[in-house]
Amino acid sequence: MGKTVLRRLGGVTVLLFITSSLSAEGMMVEEMLRFEQAFDMIWLILAAALVFLMQAGFAMVEAGLTRAKNAGNIMMKNLMDFSAGSVAYWAVGWALMYGASAAGLIGTDQFFLAGADGIVYRDWMFQVVFAATAATIVSGAMAERTKFTGYIIYSVVISALIYPISGHWIWNGGWLAERGFHDFAGSTVVHSVGAWSALVGAYVLGPRRGKYLRKNGEVSVKAIPGHNMPLAALGVFLLWFGWYGFNAGSTLSGTDPTIAHVAVTTTLAASAGAIGAMSASWAGFGKPDLSMSLNGALAGLVGITAGTWVVNPPGSLIIGLVSGVLVVLAVEFIDKVLHIDDPVGAVSVHGVCGAWGTLAVGLFADGVNDPGITGLFYGGGTDQLLIQLLGIGAVLLWVLATAGILFGVLKSMGLLRVTEKEELMGLDVGEHGMESYSGFQIFSNM
Amino acid sequence: MRLIIAYIQPHMLNSVKEELYKAEVYKISVTNSLGCGQQKGYTESYRGVAIEVNLLKKTRIEIAVNEDFVQPTIDAIIAGAHTGEIGDGKIFVLPLDTVIRIRSGEEGSAAIG
Repeated sequence: MGKTVLRRLGGVTVLLFITSSLSAEGMMVEEMLRFEQAFDMIWLILAAALVFLMQAGFAMVEAGLTRAKNAGNIMMKNLMDFSAGSVAYWAVGWALMYGASAAGLIGTDQFFLAGADGIVYRDWMFQVVFAATAATIVSGAMAERTKFTGYIIYSVVISALIYPISGHWIWNGGWLAERGFHDFAGSTVVHSVGAWSALVGAYVLGPRRGKYLRKNGEVSVKAIPGHNMPLAALGVFLLWFGWYGFNAGSTLSGTDPTIAHVAVTTTLAASAGAIGAMSASWAGFGKPDLSMSLNGALAGLVGITAGTWVVNPPGSLIIGLVSGVLVVLAVEFIDKVLHIDDPVGAVSVHGVCGAWGTLAVGLFADGVNDPGITGLFYGGGTDQLLIQLLGIGAVLLWVLATAGILFGVLKSMGLLRVTEKEELMGLDVGEHGMESYSGFQIFSNM
Repeated sequence: MRLIIAYIQPHMLNSVKEELYKAEVYKISVTNSLGCGQQKGYTESYRGVAIEVNLLKKTRIEIAVNEDFVQPTIDAIIAGAHTGEIGDGKIFVLPLDTVIRIRSGEEGSAAIG
């Protein structure tokens, strides 16, 4: 009997011990989770703020690479594509992108962020700056000749419809994500969507007056120099700075040790892009060209955005280098062969290099951070490469179709292009009734 | 020899240059200037407050020509700068005593062409 009591007592103590240690461990786990969430919250909101600063970068790049008489109009467009776009993304865009999926094609709930909590607010904040990045890319390609009203309508449509739907396919478990398409921070989701819209917009809009002169059936291409190279350079540095939020923030976790990996590959690709473009322009034009080298840094950044997490540093270097050379060739091709007037090279930087970067995942992914994604050069065969191609093609078609309709309708309503006289005098005076450099003797005679 | 001075709208400079080129007038001096004529200025607005802009931006063209080029030059400037609106500008034609090319010391008609 004594023995049984003892046994019983022993049993109880063991049980007590087990339960108490379990709850201590449970509390630890809970505490860790709270810290993790706090880190995520801080990192994502900070990264969102970094990406927001890219708006300033775009504004400076575009203003620097265009003429003084349109600088104020460009500031206004960059201010308004974010302001109008973020309201549209709150009302409709977020729901179509991250709402409950209908057949992997489109989101269907959370309009106006209905039912959202702190976590959703955090994620919306991080996503809205990406939507705004896609929207603002178009501004540069359509600079110096687009009607302000038409531009605002376009901004709302891309942020509310075009960007969120293709984004849903890739970033919210849609049909492309299901097939294993990988675009870590948005070479395709963000940059290509903006750039293909820009391509359609610039094509439908037509070139700036005096850009392509037709004589006896032959087209001579004229340069229209930008008015402030230091501003353009400042813009590129701001974009590069913001890109650390764009890529490294896309780990979506503040406790993920691969944040540094992403930052390193991003840096190397941007540097290689600048070097590549400088070399290509030096070889091609005889002098290292500043504006091309600036475009090259951006090209490297766009190129690495898809694969930043799955490629290693040497891989990122090659991706960046190719982007830098590619952007010079693409600018030449679009200008001198296609005769589509893109004053800042937005289509070449964000479209061509976005597609290249997305494709490069299927070549350079080394299978270390994600064993499921291995590229051709690391023994993964062509599977990933083909899926990447499918994604690039699908998004290209989607944007060409929707943006084509949008800009076609705007053009037929006469909302797309300013009058010839206004274009000559400058959009600052024509659209906004003011000058950007009041007190300076800047003349709109070119 | 004549000196032709024209004030035109800055944004018409390109088309004026094109017309002059067609008329085989290749020599030109261009300066930016501020001025006011019949157009009397225009209004801009800054933060909602209207601003009277009295002195307008104009572009001044100077071309020295031999007699047989006077009329073609005038015609070309008009063809390039004319819109029919107030502010198109004016052309002044002045007699020119002599012209000297600094490099060679040539004088007169020989120095113009």
